[in-house]
Order: sequence, then C-alpha cells, then structure tokens
Amino acid sequence: MKERLVEAIVEIEEEEALSLVKEMLKAGKDPVDILATCREGVELIGQRYEEGEYFMPELIMTGEIMSEISELTRDRLEEQQTGEEFLGRVLIGTVEDDIHDIGKNIVTFMLEINGFEVIDLGVDVPAGDFVSAIEDHKPDIVGMSALLTLAFDQMKGTVEEIEEAGLRDDVKIMIGGAPINEEIREYTEADGWADDAVEAVGLAKNWVGGN
Amino acid sequence: MMNAENWDNLSPREKYEKRFESFINPELDFAGEEMEKKYRERAQMLKDVIELKRPERVPQCLNLGFYVADYAGYTAEDMMYDYEKLGEAYRKFHADFDVDTMASSMMMGPGQVFDILDYKLYQWPGNGVNEERSYQCLEKEYMKPEEYDILIKNPSYYWRTYYLPRVIGAMESWDKLSPWTDLVELPFMGPTFIPFGTPDVQESLRTLLEAGQAALEWAGAFGEIDASIQAGEGLPPIFGGFAKAPFDTLGDTLRGTEAIMIDMFRRPEKLKQAMAVLVDINVEMGVRSSTQNNHPIVFIPLHKGADEFMSEKQFDEFYWPTLEAVIKGLVEEGMVPFLFVEGSYDDRLDYLSKKADIPEEQTIWIFDDTDMEDAHEALGDIACIGGNVPGSLLQTGEPEDVERYVKNLLENVAEDGGFILSNGVVLDDAREENLKAMLQAGRKYGKY
Repeated sequence: MKERLVEAIVEIEEEEALSLVKEMLKAGKDPVDILATCREGVELIGQRYEEGEYFMPELIMTGEIMSEISELTRDRLEEQQTGEEFLGRVLIGTVEDDIHDIGKNIVTFMLEINGFEVIDLGVDVPAGDFVSAIEDHKPDIVGMSALLTLAFDQMKGTVEEIEEAGLRDDVKIMIGGAPINEEIREYTEADGWADDAVEAVGLAKNWVGGN
Repeated sequence: MMNAENWDNLSPREKYEKRFESFINPELDFAGEEMEKKYRERAQMLKDVIELKRPERVPQCLNLGFYVADYAGYTAEDMMYDYEKLGEAYRKFHADFDVDTMASSMMMGPGQVFDILDYKLYQWPGNGVNEERSYQCLEKEYMKPEEYDILIKNPSYYWRTYYLPRVIGAMESWDKLSPWTDLVELPFMGPTFIPFGTPDVQESLRTLLEAGQAALEWAGAFGEIDASIQAGEGLPPIFGGFAKAPFDTLGDTLRGTEAIMIDMFRRPEKLKQAMAVLVDINVEMGVRSSTQNNHPIVFIPLHKGADEFMSEKQFDEFYWPTLEAVIKGLVEEGMVPFLFVEGSYDDRLDYLSKKADIPEEQTIWIFDDTDMEDAHEALGDIACIGGNVPGSLLQTGEPEDVERYVKNLLENVAEDGGFILSNGVVLDDAREENLKAMLQAGRKYGKY
C-alpha cells in the first residue's frame, strides 16, 4: 500500500491518495509513517519539477492534497505528540509594499516538505519586522520574496537593516521572485537567489549542511 | 469607418487597412504641420513593422507604469487622484523622452471612482498601498468552484449577480436583482423592479450616480491630456483597447492563480467550457474598446501561460486554444492583437512557431524575460516582435550596460525589420539616465 500511496501522490491522483490514507489510518498505521511516505512522493514531485516535467499546477495541487492528508492525520498525530527534528529554521516573507504571496507559499510548502521549519511573516513585511523576527526566532536562513520591481530597493534596504542590527553574520539571506536574477542578488547583497522553489530548497540545504 | 456601407462585406485584411487609414489620419487639432507629419510617420511605422517591413528606423515604444509620476516628482497617488499632476507628468514624460508612441494616462485609473465604489479587487496608492507604489491585485476566489455552471450558462448574469457584488462594495445588493432577460412581457415587468425599491439597492444606485460623475470628470481629464500629447508631440497611442486570454480572465481576477490550477485537475472540463464562453466576450471587448478609440491595436497582457506557470502540454490544453481563438476573432475584425508577454516564454517559442496558428503579419509580440534571438527565429517570419530591455537593468545597471544591451538587441534581432524597441516589464522603477541611454542607443543603432 505504501508504494501505491507514493505513486498516487506522484501522479497527482487526489482521490486515490486520500482513500489510501484513510484506509491506512483505519488499519491502524502510524500517521507519522504515512506522512513520511507522502513526503517520499512529494520529493519525487520535486524531482519531476526540476526535470521540467512538472510545473506550478502540480506543486499547487500537491500542496492541496498534502493539506487534506495532514487534516486526515491531525487528530491521531496530536495524540502522539511526536517532536520533529528540523534541518533548519527559515524565516520567510514578501517584502514591504508587495502583497504577492503565491511564490512565497510554494517555497514555504517545499521547504516544509523537505524538513525545514518555516516561519512565514506574510506579505508587505517591513524591514524592521524582518529584523525583529530574526531576533525573536533566530532562524538560520531568511528568505525574501517579491513580484514587483520595487523589491530591489526593499530587499537591499532590508539586508542593510539586518546588517545594522548586527545580525548579518547570524543568517544566510536568499531572495526570489519573478524579477530576481544574479544582478539583483549583487545589488541587494543577499547571499543567494533562486529561480524556483526547488532551487530554493537546494540552496537552503546547502547552507544548513555547510553550517 | 465602421459606418462604411459595405463594412460587413469587407475581408479581414480590408478592415485592417480601413482601420489603419483612419488611425493614421485622426481628427486631431495638431500643433502645426510638423507634428501632424510626425504623427502620421509614426503611425505608419507601426503599420510597417506589423507587416514585417523595415521603416526608416526602429520604433521605440515604452510600456509606462508609475515611473511617469516619479520622473515628474509626484507620487503614484497623485496620478490616481490629481488630474492636473497627472497631465503635467504625462506631458513632461512625452516631451522629454524620445519615444514614438504615447502611453495613455488612462492606465493610471481614477482613485476617486474606486473609493466611491468601494472597489475591493485592488489596493492602490492612497488605499492600502504606499503612496509611492503601483496598484496591486488582491487575488482571492471571488468565483467559487461550484459556480462554473452559472457562469457558463450566462456570463453577464454571473458577473452582475455573483462577481460584482463581491468585488464592488457599492454593488453588494445587486445579488438580489433578477436577470434582465425576465423583461419580455407586461406581467413580468413589475416584479423585476421591486428590488430597486429596497433601501440597499437605492443606496447603491445613488452611489453609482456619484461614481459616474467622478468617472466623467476623469474621462474629460485623461481625454484632454492624451489628445494634447498626441497633437502636441505628434505621438500616436500604442494601443486603443483591451482583451484578455480567457485563462487569465478566470485566473487573474475570478478564481485566482492557485484555484485555477487546482481546477485544471479537479474540474478540467468546466474550466474549458468557461474559457470557451469567454472567447467571444473578449473579442467583443477588444473590438469595441479599440474602435471607440479609433485604433487598430488591441492590448492583451499575457500572464499565467508563461514558462514557470505550466507545462507545454498544459499550455496546449488549457491556455493556448482559447487565446488563439481571441487572436483570430480580433484579426477577423481587422484588429491587431498586441500580446504583451510578461515573464518568460522561452519554452513556448517552439510551440508558437510549430503548433500554434498565428495569423501572419497582423500581431505584435512584446517580450519581457524571453531570449530575443530565439523569439526572432521562432516568430520573425510571421509576427512583429519587440522588447525587452529588462526592468532590473534599467533600475540597477549603468547607462553603458543599457547601451550595450540595446546595441546587441538591434544588431542581432531587428535587422530584418518587424521590430519594436521596448522595455520588458511595465515601467514603475528606473534610473532616468538608463532610460535615456536606452532610447539614445535605440536611435543610434536603430537606423535602417
């Protein structure tokens, strides 16, 4: 049944995946194991995305299926109260004056699936809020997202404020979003940039592995 | 023009010729013969590049956003609320920058009208967005998944009864109005008007009167601004009306990006039926709006079919067919669809050149983040292309980088004609010296 669940997830077969999870729960399977199996599927989806076979619709639909599955497993999981080991902590947000969140949400989902703890500050996040959230949550990585060209200066300004608060050496900073490229990474003095969610996960894994 | 007795008997190409004839010879009170001549030359240049010819030089046309405000020392909020400043900014921009077309001041939109209407679909400067920033769309599921059938059966009724009450606060009560199509016989007449007597609908109508008044003031202002720029600088507008790809109509402002992508899996047939219904609606809107403005070119901003948004298979299944139908519907009426290709279309070029059926010499494709040499190779024989000086370069680069970029573009892509020099994304943020360097380089390397 495990293989069938992985396959249903990878092939984005929503009904099949949900009914398999229900069956497994009914049979008394550990929800932690079920979720781990689902994650295997999502990792394969990430691979297909990287290989150019899957695109945004598959990622969004997978996010939808995964949230339905976590809904199904939630009660049982709460009973078990298992502590989770994270690869690292990521603070993420869309920069001030920009209210676009789809890219940020996909990156958040992919990071979580890949074992990161993600603290999502939402959209239109002022530099000062990034700084105080770094102080509060002590993340390993800060991710800034944007769709608009105004982001270049907002990102640059936020990196500067993090620097001024004396926190620059405590975090790696990544940026992403439609108008972002290497030129903008240099301009903002972020540590890295990613073109899509899978690249962002790769970058994050590299950084925490290297720490 | 469309009053011509034989209009309905004209072929699409004859209609196209008529539309251009009228566009090149507008009824405008030009500031002297010189400006009239410049206007005609520039309008003719647009026609030439659409027909893949080489005019005297490469036309340079900018897609303007709120940079206009910034350049004049005003805020974005000023552009949406203060029509004197709007006029000053647009006139100054078009006087100072060496462009071949005018960007209409209409694009900024009337903040006051939106305030009165309690328009909820957007935030704009002065209403939710910082006064210096562009308006932004608030994506939500304004249309619910179970409502596809209502939309498919009667889009206009759906809009009025479901969609508008959700996005326009002042029209919230319109969900109780019965369909206009009830009005066929005397006994049906009375009941239809009962809801108009209720306090909330009456209040709504009073608010709409006020909004209409404000909209009329705005129309007078931008009409005067645009006419003065056209007549005073000899600049034809770049386009006259709008249409959208049906996938974007649904994905941008009805279902939202995430929901429409989920629909691709959960209810693909409904989605396709709804898009099919939106084809004629978009064609009609494009033809009507451009005809009103005596312009052959219809602007179609493309959003959710870009490379990162879907696979080629999904593009082929969901995005392209109804967009192609809109393009063909417009061409049939003698219009020129102007596809403003936001984001990257690198992975679409092969499809567009081999699988798509794009009418020849009657479309414009302005690219953003797409490789222009590849675009030229794929589409150069059938369509006018243009672009794509990147927003990032204009904002963070140096003038010499911009010049190098433009030189490269014009030498490698524009050589055969059929090319328009333009910026990639809509221009909100840029360095003045970079924008000027772009236009100077355009003149220097853009001579044929």
